[in-house]
Amino acid sequence: MEVPILKQGAVLIATFQAALSDADLNQLRMGLVEQVVKLRSRAVIVDVTAMDVMDSFASRTLREIAHMIRLRGAETVIVGIQPEVAFAMVQLGLTLEGVATALDLEEGLAYLNEKFKTTN
Amino acid sequence: MAKRNDTSKETTETLNSQVAELAHSEAPSELLRELVAHLRQNRTQLREEWVVRITETRLLTAMTKEEIFAEATSVYDSYVEALETEAFEALQAYARNLSERIIPRGVETHEVVGIVLLLRDVLARSLFAKYQNDFKKLNRILDAYEPAANRIANTVAVGFVQERERVIRQQQEAIRELSTPVLQVRERLLILPIIGVIDPQRARQLTEQLLRGIRTNRAKVVVIDITGVAAMDLTVANNLVQTVEASRLLGATVIVTGLSPEIAQTLVTIGVDLGKMNTVGDLQGGIEQAERLLGYKVEKLAEPR
Repeated sequence: MEVPILKQGAVLIATFQAALSDADLNQLRMGLVEQVVKLRSRAVIVDVTAMDVMDSFASRTLREIAHMIRLRGAETVIVGIQPEVAFAMVQLGLTLEGVATALDLEEGLAYLNEKFKTTN
Repeated sequence: MAKRNDTSKETTETLNSQVAELAHSEAPSELLRELVAHLRQNRTQLREEWVVRITETRLLTAMTKEEIFAEATSVYDSYVEALETEAFEALQAYARNLSERIIPRGVETHEVVGIVLLLRDVLARSLFAKYQNDFKKLNRILDAYEPAANRIANTVAVGFVQERERVIRQQQEAIRELSTPVLQVRERLLILPIIGVIDPQRARQLTEQLLRGIRTNRAKVVVIDITGVAAMDLTVANNLVQTVEASRLLGATVIVTGLSPEIAQTLVTIGVDLGKMNTVGDLQGGIEQAERLLGYKVEKLAEPR
């Protein structure tokens, strides 16, 4: 299943659908990094609003995406984690440490704006 | 010799009458049918008698005469149907349904059990009256009636108690929710004042409520004040850390305020990673820091009047 990746200025937005397979996640990881390189994006927002479960593989993949994108000098923000999903994640010890998070797309963009302002 | 003959004559007589009895005896199900038919035929009269005894015994005083009559009718019919079909699950469902209606009216357990037992007695008396001339038949009818009637009384009582327990659980849940409000004091700023004893269940409920509150109010900062919490164990301390982590996943920063010296000691002893927690001494300090984080500046313009 292809995950749509949209471009909004210097930001790429990838919206997860529910129930992504491990193969989908791997494909997405490579795809996102390729796009960041090609389009010279400064940031990626991964919107997981539609995910109602987050297992350890998905969580690890998100962290790897963030790390790989940081190596390209770009920022990653994960948005839209649902309360129930967040609760389940921390109980499993999946805290997405080192990865920026925000409530939703709007907050994610606001966070990036702030960040770009201060670093420019 | 003569004696033996007498005893053997007695024995034969007893045997003969027993055989005669067996020839006359009906199957239990047939007895029940006969019994149910009798109860249906005399429905009006028996129900009336029952209502009179309910009033005499001063039960169901919270209900009006019309209400008692209406409920008595449906209970009577359900009772007789349960005797006939032996469908006790249906009866239990009926009992819970009835309880749902009458518990808010203030009807007590002893009243419900009382009226069912009265009905059992009224029906038994009518059986005595009907079969008074055939003692053996009466015994057989009672053999069929009694276990079924007792099971009915039991089923109704259990159904009633289960409904009460359900209501109590519901109320406990409501109290728990009320006692941990999530309050918005500024745009994007929530306060969660925790008071009293936190058990693992309450801790979990607090976390869920807070996370929902963060999403609903789009909060960026949360101040959790635990001034009112006396003691904390490992489970609850870990839950607090998890709450902080989960809040971050929703984009909110948590400031914990009001840690007593005892709790601070507990957390250090347990080895909770305090680096993960943003703590400030008291609630005032916590709110001030939260305002700074949100870009507020509070300025005093005049003296209080």
